[in-house]
Amino acid sequence: MTLNNTTSLEPAIRFIDVCKSFGEKISQNIVLDRVSFSVPKGQTTVIAGGSGQGKSVILKLILGLLRPDSGQVLVGEKNIASMGYKALQEVRLLFGVLFQGSALFDSLTVFENIALPLRERTKFSAKEIQVRVAATLEQLDLTGHETKFPAQLSGGMKKRVGLARALQLEPEIVLFDEPTTGLDPVMSKEIYELFVTTQQRIGYTAVIVSHDIPDIFTLADQIILLNKGELDVFTDTAQIPHSSKPSIREFARMVMGQQAA
Amino acid sequence: MNQSEKNTSSFLRIIGGLGEQTLYVLTDLGRMGFFLFFAFMGLLKSPFRFREVIRQVCFIGAGSLTVIFFTALSSGMVLGLQGYYSLHKFGAEGMLGSAVSLTLIMELGPVLTALMVSGRAGSAMCAEIGIMRISEQIDALECMAIDPFRYLISPKFLAVLISVPLLTAIFDVVGIMGGYLAGVKLMGVNGGAFFAGMQQSVTNHDIILGVVKSYVFALLIVWICTGRGYFVQKIRGTGFGAESVSKVTTQAVVMSSISVLIFDYLLTAVLL
Repeated sequence: MTLNNTTSLEPAIRFIDVCKSFGEKISQNIVLDRVSFSVPKGQTTVIAGGSGQGKSVILKLILGLLRPDSGQVLVGEKNIASMGYKALQEVRLLFGVLFQGSALFDSLTVFENIALPLRERTKFSAKEIQVRVAATLEQLDLTGHETKFPAQLSGGMKKRVGLARALQLEPEIVLFDEPTTGLDPVMSKEIYELFVTTQQRIGYTAVIVSHDIPDIFTLADQIILLNKGELDVFTDTAQIPHSSKPSIREFARMVMGQQAA
Repeated sequence: MNQSEKNTSSFLRIIGGLGEQTLYVLTDLGRMGFFLFFAFMGLLKSPFRFREVIRQVCFIGAGSLTVIFFTALSSGMVLGLQGYYSLHKFGAEGMLGSAVSLTLIMELGPVLTALMVSGRAGSAMCAEIGIMRISEQIDALECMAIDPFRYLISPKFLAVLISVPLLTAIFDVVGIMGGYLAGVKLMGVNGGAFFAGMQQSVTNHDIILGVVKSYVFALLIVWICTGRGYFVQKIRGTGFGAESVSKVTTQAVVMSSISVLIFDYLLTAVLL
């Protein structure tokens, strides 16, 4: 499958020689070893890899929730790896995030969860917030569930509320951490459709971390595969089995089987 | 490897382990120090979460009234009975009001209130924040560029600093009433002598000591309980997920209670 050509597009995010390891000693668990890649503006980049290969670490590095041991993480032209707290807060306003477990606030209702970024980060009046949230609820087919708490929602509904919250500030970049984990195939399809609709409407740059291979590739303009600290970037799924990196070829053989061969 | 090399190797392992543990403790202390700083800075940032502070005062303060009332009444009555028993031996029953009120105002009021609040509200705060941390709710706040200290931690700090001194004052009053019930109404001590003794012996200095203690204890409780919950994933040996929250909550209550007792002695020694 040939994906859109992304090489000529302006990058929204760039990783330059990023290293990240965990553990007491620096050499113990190297998750990312001098990785470099770009996420093109307005496009969808899918990051796939096995468990514990550093997919979520990449998202946390993009958000500044983790700092790299070395290298640069550029959002636009700003290196968030060396940024102070205040500057980081400003950059984070560019992002919307759909967390793996949705990360909805248990003590807030669906309405309050979706309204939270508007209440905290904008000067909209209560009435304006009411109108905006009601519109979002309608778009995401959540009308009638405003007063429910997260514990009263199904997995798919939680994801939709999480997406609604992530999109409230109309972010330039939306990060999806395993958006279909724990959902049945019908729900997963619904989330993918919702993703396509919202991206067409808002035009955000999307970074999707997923292990839903190969289904997730249908959404991608660019695919980043991660295995054993190595990373390779593809714009065509047919290139994957011919990666120059042995660990990526091995990963492709494992997860794509006959398709890759 | 000969015996001498084996001995050197075990010695180096022990020294290495000690060094690692020391670094961990210092890192943890530094982390908690920054946490305290950011919690107070969060109070200065706008928008100020007034309604959340009120909600927390209701939970921590008003919600603790029952347990404080019964603890105070029971302690005051026991003090009344014990005091009467001891003072009666010297024919000094008239000093009962003085003994009960001084013990409650300077010592038992602040300490028992702090221990009750730590057990009831401190554990709840630690578990709430710990669960928010492991379920990525705190990460979600940061990703929305909402300062988790201003939004979550600072209102709890302010609410505990408002509630604990007020609860201590209520404890003192109820405790003195308990002492009065036991000493005057049950044991027959003269009521006038009870209150006169109290009025003569309790000075402003004694009340200030009690108030200072209650503020320090309040700070210790909210700092340790919210801080442990906030750093639940960084604390060694507590496991993962729900298990880590439960262990850290227990640890927070134990740590805050022990800190209260240690600081009680230190403050008494310095301020008395």
